[in-house]
Amino acid sequence: MTRHVIAPVDELPPGTRKFLTIDARPIAVFNIKGEFFGLLNRCPHQGAALCEGPLIGLAQSSDPGEIEYTRLGEIIRCPWHGWEFDIRTGQSYCDPKRFRAKTYPANVEPGSNVVKGPYVAETLAVSVESDYVVVDL
Amino acid sequence: MNVQFRSGAEPASSVGVKTAIADCDIHPARATATELYPYLAKRWHEHLETYGKHPYQGMMEGPPYPKAQPNASRRDAWPPEGGPQGSSLSFMQQQHLDPNNVALGVLCPLNTGQGIRNQDLSAALATAINDWQIDKWTSQDSRLKGSVVVANEDGLAAAAEIRKRAGDANFVQVLLLSRNVEPLGQRRYWPIYEAAEEAGLPIGVHAFGFGGNPITASGWPSYYIEEMVGHSQCQQTALASIVLEGVFERHPKLKMVMIEAGFGWAPSLSWRLDKSWQRLRSEVPHVKRPPSETIREHIYWTTQPMEDPERRDHLFEVIDWVGWDKLLFATDYPHWDYDDPSRVLPAGVSAANREAFYLGNARKVYGLA
Amino acid sequence: MTSPIAGGVDCDLHPAVPHLTSLLPYLNDYWRDQVTTRGMTDLVSQSYPPHSPISSRPDWRPARGKPGSNLEDMKAQALDRFGVSYGICNPLYGVQMVFSEDMADAFCRALNDWLVKEWLDKDARLRGSIVIPVQSIEKSVAEIERCAADKRFVQVLMLVMGDMPLGKRAYWPIYAAAERLGLAVGIHAGSNYHNPPTSVGWGSYHIEDYVAQAQAFQTQLTSLIVEGVFAKYPKLKMVMLESGFTWLPSYLWRLHKFWRGVRMETPWVDRAPLEIVRSNIRFSLQPIDAPPDPATLNRLFDHMQSDELLLFSTDYPHWQFDGDAVLPEGMSSDLVRKIMIDNPHATYTRLKEPAHGHDPEKHALGPRPDGWNPVFGKDHAQTK
Repeated sequence: MTRHVIAPVDELPPGTRKFLTIDARPIAVFNIKGEFFGLLNRCPHQGAALCEGPLIGLAQSSDPGEIEYTRLGEIIRCPWHGWEFDIRTGQSYCDPKRFRAKTYPANVEPGSNVVKGPYVAETLAVSVESDYVVVDL
Repeated sequence: MNVQFRSGAEPASSVGVKTAIADCDIHPARATATELYPYLAKRWHEHLETYGKHPYQGMMEGPPYPKAQPNASRRDAWPPEGGPQGSSLSFMQQQHLDPNNVALGVLCPLNTGQGIRNQDLSAALATAINDWQIDKWTSQDSRLKGSVVVANEDGLAAAAEIRKRAGDANFVQVLLLSRNVEPLGQRRYWPIYEAAEEAGLPIGVHAFGFGGNPITASGWPSYYIEEMVGHSQCQQTALASIVLEGVFERHPKLKMVMIEAGFGWAPSLSWRLDKSWQRLRSEVPHVKRPPSETIREHIYWTTQPMEDPERRDHLFEVIDWVGWDKLLFATDYPHWDYDDPSRVLPAGVSAANREAFYLGNARKVYGLA
Repeated sequence: MTSPIAGGVDCDLHPAVPHLTSLLPYLNDYWRDQVTTRGMTDLVSQSYPPHSPISSRPDWRPARGKPGSNLEDMKAQALDRFGVSYGICNPLYGVQMVFSEDMADAFCRALNDWLVKEWLDKDARLRGSIVIPVQSIEKSVAEIERCAADKRFVQVLMLVMGDMPLGKRAYWPIYAAAERLGLAVGIHAGSNYHNPPTSVGWGSYHIEDYVAQAQAFQTQLTSLIVEGVFAKYPKLKMVMLESGFTWLPSYLWRLHKFWRGVRMETPWVDRAPLEIVRSNIRFSLQPIDAPPDPATLNRLFDHMQSDELLLFSTDYPHWQFDGDAVLPEGMSSDLVRKIMIDNPHATYTRLKEPAHGHDPEKHALGPRPDGWNPVFGKDHAQTK
């Protein structure tokens, strides 16, 4: 693992992202409400530049017509087919093969009951050291 | 490191990445609202600014079912110089035609004058779009070929436009949409088929359009996904109409390409048509052969959106039933449901079938073999 | 030829109303006079022209009268012929075509009463579907509740081509009532012709309308799934009747593919469409829009990835097969048993309710719980 200094922290304020290439791999680093996350900029579905997609929240519903919309800015939609990926974990929210969600009790933590897909975007370890954003690759 | 690809879809396993391909469904767009003006009589400039297009649906701007992405397109397809996705030839070359080695790109312009209620305007826009295709696209990049856009609800005007463009190597097909005022087999559209056959041009029937009918036989659905999936049903019904009205009996040399509506439904529709025809053929004596034979002989299918079953043996079986010689590869660039050529076909396809799928069939159908 | 086994359930039979006058005994004074003095003759849908080859197999067509109008014929030609223990009656009388909700309601009540008196009461194997006046959701729910008291009703019947896509929430009180009362909801081929009978307008021919039924089932399935009907009513079973089924696998691939990218539009869809179909949707067997080669049909069964989806049916008296070839060739005896017996019983849980000792007097369909009282005359039950 090599450590790569990406940028000074104040160059990457909350809600922004930075694209760069490290060792010929396209990556993007996101600042989500003060926390930093890294993703390989390649959708595991058909290879689109995943990290160029819009950031949205997670839409869930246990009752048709009622939508619980949480985790604003933490879900990225692939610019091609619109698949949703959790920036924190890379987990996709689509195509449940073996995961069957049931009706949601009111006290369940948001995000844990949405059907998860088998596709996971590649995440990268990002940390902050002395006001610099650092990626381990 | 937890990247997962659909098995068989890794780029390294695909032989077709750098092989030349045909893309039988590319959507060029106008960069600005006025880009068509040089090709349109002045009276229509003012008319459009005052009254708009007046389509067979209520909204003056935007579609009634909001798309999945802006302009229904990939978000990475915005040209750097500005304008909507698909409006820049240089960016299309750079992002798509060159890296994907597109040797033949068939243009299917949408949002033209098809599906509008003013038939004079529809005809004017059609001929303008056709001039625009030559000027901005096909004369600038010889890989690209145009579709003759016509006033779909005015058979005589449409036929005149086809005759005007017949023999012009810039065009390889006539373009219609699947949803019209009436099912496409109805006789108001017959002049179009006559002119196309005469001109030696196939007809591309592209999903979409508005003809004022609810988009299901039981009224208007709620969601965009219902419209997206519903293109399959609209295309099936349009094709059934074409076959049952005897269009191919009257025009035996005519070919049609079903564009962007899938092909997986072709076998089951053919079986159902055959069974019904055996039972009810006395109602339609002009239909002289089993519909499945007519479909096999006259119909081709673009591949996007590619059928995507979990098991690739299921996909291969369906393609066997449809025919490896009937599929025309398409990406639908720059739309969001784009199929990447290097990912779309799982491993296990013979070299001959790959070649037919990606290029050979298209060259034959469009007379470029 | 694959032989049927005894003890099955025929899930799609069509007893025919001979003429509108056959319903007169079941209408109140007002409606009786409306029918007779306004010259109303019959409610026959273009979906099934009586003399169309589809409407009746030649050897099932009686010398006089409508096909399917004679119980003795149905016994000989369908119930006894295929040795079933139960036959579910789905009347296709054109009551859905009228526009007045009051008229539709009167005719539906009469039709359901007619079915009980002239069919269910006369053969212990027969079960019924409740025909509802979808022109009014309220009246539909009331009629469901009225008829559900008779356990021989196992299903609510709707048409595949109606006024609105079936998943729309306006219809949900119907589904709630059905789920609550243990009734399946049967969606049958046919149109009320309030919309063009295809998704691209009015075609020219009966054959076009008939072929288009399959596409209508596809769009309805999309609606039912993406609107979340089965998220809301997980115990509800819906049966697609006379829909064909060979289109199902490729249809599901496409729905699944797009749903993955637009999931957020309908986030209450919590399972893959195939899972929802497996748990809540069934298809009657006829018509089998089959490929010419039986081996191909077996491949298609594999594509469907479930042996629980099909329910045996003859579609009597419609002409879908010849002789006794009601089952596709080359079907395993396991699959025959599933289709003829297991799957129908799992779908129609009311079949468990005893019909022996059914007392017509004790269980006659009574007045409606909502106290429906016609403005214009006495309820027919009170005139008896």
